[in-house]
Amino acid sequence: MDAVLGQLYAGLSLGSVLLLIALGLTLTFGQMGVINMAHGEFLMAGAYTAFVVQQVIGGAGSAMLIALPLAFLVGGLLGVLLETTLISRLYHRPLDTLLVTWGVSLMLQQLARDVFGAPAVEVRAPEWLRGNIEVLGVPFTTGRLFIVVLAVGAVAVLSAVLRFTSLGRRIRAVVQSRGLAETSGINSRRTDRVTFFVGSGLAGIAGVALTLIASTQPYMGQTYIVDAFLVVVAGGIGQVRGAVLAAFGLGVLQALFAYSQSVSTAKVLLLVCVIAFLQLRPQGLFSVRTRSLV
Amino acid sequence: MTRRWAGSASVLSGYLVAAVILFGAAPVLLSDFRLRLLAQFLCVAMVAVGIGLAWGSGGMLTLGQGLFFGLGAYIMAIHLQLSDAGPAGRPAFMVTGSGLPWWWELFRNPVTAVLGIIAVPALLALLLGLGVFRRRVKGAYFAILSQASAAAFALLLISQQNTVGGSNGLSNFRQFFGFALSDPVNRRMLYFIAAGVLIAMVAAVHQLRRSRYGELLTAVRDGEERVRFLGYDPALVKVLAYVVAAVFAAVGGALFVPIVGIISPSNVGVVPSIGFLIGVAVGGRATLLGPVLGSLAVSYAGSTLSENVESLWIYLQGLLFVLVVAFLPGGIGSLGAALRGRRRAVGDVPGRSAGHGPPGRPLVDGGGPERAPAGARSGGV
Repeated sequence: MDAVLGQLYAGLSLGSVLLLIALGLTLTFGQMGVINMAHGEFLMAGAYTAFVVQQVIGGAGSAMLIALPLAFLVGGLLGVLLETTLISRLYHRPLDTLLVTWGVSLMLQQLARDVFGAPAVEVRAPEWLRGNIEVLGVPFTTGRLFIVVLAVGAVAVLSAVLRFTSLGRRIRAVVQSRGLAETSGINSRRTDRVTFFVGSGLAGIAGVALTLIASTQPYMGQTYIVDAFLVVVAGGIGQVRGAVLAAFGLGVLQALFAYSQSVSTAKVLLLVCVIAFLQLRPQGLFSVRTRSLV
Repeated sequence: MTRRWAGSASVLSGYLVAAVILFGAAPVLLSDFRLRLLAQFLCVAMVAVGIGLAWGSGGMLTLGQGLFFGLGAYIMAIHLQLSDAGPAGRPAFMVTGSGLPWWWELFRNPVTAVLGIIAVPALLALLLGLGVFRRRVKGAYFAILSQASAAAFALLLISQQNTVGGSNGLSNFRQFFGFALSDPVNRRMLYFIAAGVLIAMVAAVHQLRRSRYGELLTAVRDGEERVRFLGYDPALVKVLAYVVAAVFAAVGGALFVPIVGIISPSNVGVVPSIGFLIGVAVGGRATLLGPVLGSLAVSYAGSTLSENVESLWIYLQGLLFVLVVAFLPGGIGSLGAALRGRRRAVGDVPGRSAGHGPPGRPLVDGGGPERAPAGARSGGV
């Protein structure tokens, strides 16, 4: 039982990381229909931001707190840069954005390798994130708990922004009907850019969080991007609640499979589950109901 | 009628030129080492031909061809290992004591091995394709699922240390259906086999594209719902192209193994799977010859550059993806047309380019030679 609970905690924290990555993806996918393969490299940029901040400041404790907003900014600015230079030209060819951004991600990975070197760099966890907390009699590392809190906080803030602010209203309007939103005077181009900033920034935050449980290296984005896309597909594109359910579902499922099988068998089983699930609900868990055939 | 005859004459001469280059010039001019490299590129080009059909003609962005490439390759590798080990023998890398996995025994016989190379990927593609396309999962969803399947397959291979060699893969093959691989003559024979198979594949795709089925496939790409309303089942149309692409990839993988001498998970994962696409994009995804030529050119550039500066090639590869896909979706071959089109567009009737659906998607050729004069002729063979 204890082992199962331990796996459950591991699954929760994995789900949280996936959620942080997938939130940005599902926003940009839902609103603009683009698939950003370079999203994983924004995550990597966030992780390296934490590394750089730690090198500059020294103290691990405060470095983590400074790195979080800074990584949000770094990821967000990278996202906006990508959006304005390339993606905005490709809004009518969503499948091609996938390949173009893949090219960008190749270049960013190699850049990271040239700048920071191929081996993983060490980002030390601050003191207050190194202990354990007993939950139901099973130790839950504080680092993992921190990631869960971070993800839940991000979802809460994002939902609040989407629901209560005028920016959120604009985003929701553009997601539901771009044409009608434009007709009502919403600058959809600017809204797109803001969405891209927020989504990519969340990837940056996910990168900082990931330094607590994974090694910081040039290819770290790639290991998570495929899973994050599965979350988006299973959750329903553009749906925050879908992403939440799918991320925790997939995270926990993978951890439980990994408990009974090997990690790689778990991945295969997970994929089978997602394909089987899409047989039942091709549009994912939640979807915007439209009358369009597509 | 005359045009069709003229077309077939140019087609024939095209095949002739290809045969002369591949069978005549290349073996004479190239050293054994270079010829082996070319044979390897031909195997990759086979995957590209399949992608050209599925993606270029059919609009299915298959990001997981590594899965089928790997299946073909591993089945071939298993067979070669077993025939090296002799009857009732076992490959050296396996831990002694554990029995030979039952599915290894399936491919001991050369006939079942060759059948397996074709049938296993075809069946898997059929199942995956039916599961995905029947539920009208398409576009980005399909791309992501296919990518995830390649990722999962690579992970599965890595975890199977004792049955398929884990991340080291399978290597050290001594013979190919009884022919010693150390003999340069046999290596040359492998090259000829690869060249012949590639030409046959191009011919097959050529016939498919000219047929009614080819028209349907392009129609599904450009307007799936319309095809459905006309009474066809788009899922079946797509599944067929997907299966053909899978088989081509598998055959490419199977020939890759004796030619290169090793197959490992690093040849089948997410990165190589997308890597297969770049040649197709560069050469022109919707043309007949674009995928082959583009793939060969990219393979050549890649091997030459990474011999010298590896990081430069990675930057260049990324840049190629960005520039070609974003600005030249028709491939390098459309460069001239794109430049001319830009000049003409200045004086164009407004609304003409905007009215025809999404601009920048000039992939609506691909019909028979009768329909798209300029594009089809350049893509004759």
